Amino acid sequence: MITLLKNGRLYDPTNQKNGVIENIYLEQGRIIAKPHGAIKITKTFDLTGKIVMAGAIDMHSHIGGGKVNIARMMLPEFQESKKYSEPEAHICTPNCSHHATPSTTDTGFRYIEMGYTAAFEPALMPINARQAHLEMADTPMIDKGCYAMLGNDDYFLRMLASKKDQKSINDYVAWILHSTQSIGIKVVNPGGINAFKFNQRKLDLDENNSYYQISPREILKSLSRAVQELGIAKPLHVHCNNLGAAGNFQTTLDTMGASDGLPMHLTHIQFHSYGTEGDKKFSSAAAQIAEALNINRHITADVGQILFGQTVTASGDSMMQQLNAKHANPNKSVMMDIECDAGCGIVPFKYRDQNYVNALQWAIGLELFLSVEDPWRIFLTTDHPNGAPFTSYPHLIRLLMDKSFRNDAFAKLNLDAQAMSNLTSLNREYSLYEIAIMTRAGAAGLIGLNDRGHLGLGAGADITVYTDQADREAMFSKPDYVFKDGELVVKEGKVVKVVWGATHTAKPAFDMGVEKDLKDYFDKYHTMQLANFKISNDEISGDGRGSIVVHKNKHTAPKKTGES
Amino acid sequence: MLCDDLLLTEISPMRIKNACSKSIDFFEKALQANATKPSLAGNPTDLNTAIKTAADILRASHQPLFAGLGTEVQGMRAIMRLAEKTNATLDHMHSEATMRNTLALQNSGWQTTTLTEVKNRADVILAIGTDIVSSHPRFFEKLVWNSDSLFDKAQAEIIYLGVAEESVQAGISPDGKKPLVIPAETQKLPEIINALNVLSQKKNSLSKKLVSDLIGGVSIASLRLILEKLKTAQYAVVVWSASHLNYAHAELTVQSITQLISTLNESNRVAGLPLNAGDGDSSVNNTSTWLTGYPTRSRLLNGQPQYDSYHFSSRHQLKSCDALLWLSTFNPHQPPSCDAPIIAIGHANMQFDRQPDVFIPVGVPGVHHAGTMFRMDSAVAMPLKKLWATDLLSLSEVIHRIEALLT
Repeated sequence: MITLLKNGRLYDPTNQKNGVIENIYLEQGRIIAKPHGAIKITKTFDLTGKIVMAGAIDMHSHIGGGKVNIARMMLPEFQESKKYSEPEAHICTPNCSHHATPSTTDTGFRYIEMGYTAAFEPALMPINARQAHLEMADTPMIDKGCYAMLGNDDYFLRMLASKKDQKSINDYVAWILHSTQSIGIKVVNPGGINAFKFNQRKLDLDENNSYYQISPREILKSLSRAVQELGIAKPLHVHCNNLGAAGNFQTTLDTMGASDGLPMHLTHIQFHSYGTEGDKKFSSAAAQIAEALNINRHITADVGQILFGQTVTASGDSMMQQLNAKHANPNKSVMMDIECDAGCGIVPFKYRDQNYVNALQWAIGLELFLSVEDPWRIFLTTDHPNGAPFTSYPHLIRLLMDKSFRNDAFAKLNLDAQAMSNLTSLNREYSLYEIAIMTRAGAAGLIGLNDRGHLGLGAGADITVYTDQADREAMFSKPDYVFKDGELVVKEGKVVKVVWGATHTAKPAFDMGVEKDLKDYFDKYHTMQLANFKISNDEISGDGRGSIVVHKNKHTAPKKTGES
Repeated sequence: MLCDDLLLTEISPMRIKNACSKSIDFFEKALQANATKPSLAGNPTDLNTAIKTAADILRASHQPLFAGLGTEVQGMRAIMRLAEKTNATLDHMHSEATMRNTLALQNSGWQTTTLTEVKNRADVILAIGTDIVSSHPRFFEKLVWNSDSLFDKAQAEIIYLGVAEESVQAGISPDGKKPLVIPAETQKLPEIINALNVLSQKKNSLSKKLVSDLIGGVSIASLRLILEKLKTAQYAVVVWSASHLNYAHAELTVQSITQLISTLNESNRVAGLPLNAGDGDSSVNNTSTWLTGYPTRSRLLNGQPQYDSYHFSSRHQLKSCDALLWLSTFNPHQPPSCDAPIIAIGHANMQFDRQPDVFIPVGVPGVHHAGTMFRMDSAVAMPLKKLWATDLLSLSEVIHRIEALLT
């Protein structure tokens, strides 16, 4: 069975196709070369005048695991807001659902309806991995994967404090990837979540965790090296120290130097780009951060844009969320210390355009997008749900692509915030090609999904087809067609077939001898057995619905381009 | 506590290493649960007929109640699909207790901890209104009197508030150190906890009272002592059991406890540990929450989830439902009395005051079939293994077969 997508205009940066008109042939879930004349084309979609991109990939979105579920449980009123039609802010449209805590079913449906075919949970707590995978197994339509959190777990910190060699650390990191079925490693407030359990309230990059006498810098150095030496594609995913604190941009700048030039990805960097200038001692440091990103080519970042409206922040960073809890709106929050592994903090937020800090946060995110020159090293996220629900991506894309729309929105912000931002002097408008880099090619390359994010021969046939519209928000909200693994699953923005997607993992080789010490540790200090900590393949694929894809290490050059 | 260090060494008589009274009872009952046949109004029948009759009852029903919900994650996934198909209301058998915590969580949030943190960090444990061990027998053995902890902490000091002197045996340390016991009537806990909150403020309306003055029968001196111990701890843990706070509007007591914890955390580290009530309550609520956005006391009406922590209680729904599907797989709890047709699916040892219209015995998760279960602290989900073979189907299999007949 061969499907032909005919005469679409392709935006496929991996294969350097910038708006060329080509045919694409699909068979058994893959993009194939033009078949010989005698072979029958089963179905043809005439895409004349349509825009064709690979399915989008959200490389950072909290879609599964304990935090999100606690947020749902604490905020039943959010479910009611599904049909919220009178948003507070001028810039919102009916397409912004304002629903920050969708069920797993809604999550899958809302993603695929926007043309996203994969999303990655960036904060899987190893001890909570089973729950994250259970939730993702119940998330239909899209592929998924996780980054496992390390760097606040007592096992790792003990290793570092007792000066274990790098090989032992690498073995432990690889063992975590295998045991938790993850594709990358993340560190949240390096050492800080752990320090909070010892009642430390703040941790700078070169400040020691009071118990272990280890600094965040040492943690970053060790973990970024482990990731590099294990050869997995995804660079260490770093949520820096001092999230949300005025003046934290210095920590962020210093963090870029903490890996001695090894690759690191700094996540939701908007929340880490704050200065202390002005009467309110809160200012934009986007220019400094963007300049550093432009120079430091080993660093990638996603933005974590905020958009106005009601959402909830769900973070592993219990230390900083404890401070943020006083801003909770509605006024409730959950803080947890979890299993000598990590922690979490869940704080509802309502970002308001007339609030000085919120308005400036909005501007800082956009300043970063527009000032970072290389679209392959900056990614489009709202840190769902922390900055805004992922359903607001089409709106965010319009802000990036349409200067007058952006400036009109800016003109309605808190006036003091306007005075502190240079946003209107930034004339850049993202092109469709650049949007395709940020949301497809770049994201796939970063994570190491070699057969996703592009339209070359052999690629998985995750494809989104849009009608070219001047209103980019309308365009990206409602694709004409979405194909998942070659099957038509969305037509005119509505799901027409339910599929379940795969779980992407990386499983580098390691020395199983690491389990000897781990078993002893579990027996002595944990309250579950080592064997039950590990997630077997069967737990994900045993029901016949889920499946596991193991990615080869390191990004390899994309395959040759398709026929024209 | 979902201990996974149990070792079944002999079946007859039952010998289990690391067992507690609850686990021995659980395995003994599961072992006996083999021979029972499905029945219709008490008359034995074959499985197909029982499943068909159950489907017929649900097909004829407009607002069925799915209650009990004594199951694990996989069972709950199946039940949710059936509920979607039948517009059912869902409520767990222990929700009267669970709701006290849920309402507090939804009103103000909370600050909590988990079992491994307790084991390694807690140097003061305050138990409010519960001896802990009657619901969680191995709490002290596994988490408190353990010799191994990561940070060389002092042995935890135990404080009981609102617990009778004769119930605190488990809180005596192996070397004989007695706990601090401050008895009080359970009904007085609201005013006692509120007083602790007041006293935790620097300037407070109780500061001029005599230390010998009593609040809810407890002296202000005793309350100050509790606060002092919480504040000087490196990591204090406050334990409560919503099941034991068995009086009207106990959610306000839970909220008052969590508020105290929150205040103390402004400068100290103190964390809460709510004890669960069992029968899969955390598994059921977690699963329901990710599938629909809501914990239980929910309804699926025409595919749309609804949530109502008051009206969707079994107590209210039993009066108006037109079919009751009662589910209890871990324990042979029998269904409540109800005028509507009753389908009971669960533990083979279930006994009935009034024979249900349909009874289908199923396997016990973690004994007769595999499954997945959330621990009391919701942070950890565990795989349940199959221990021995049986003819009994799992709850999910039975529910799938009923669902298949409704399409």
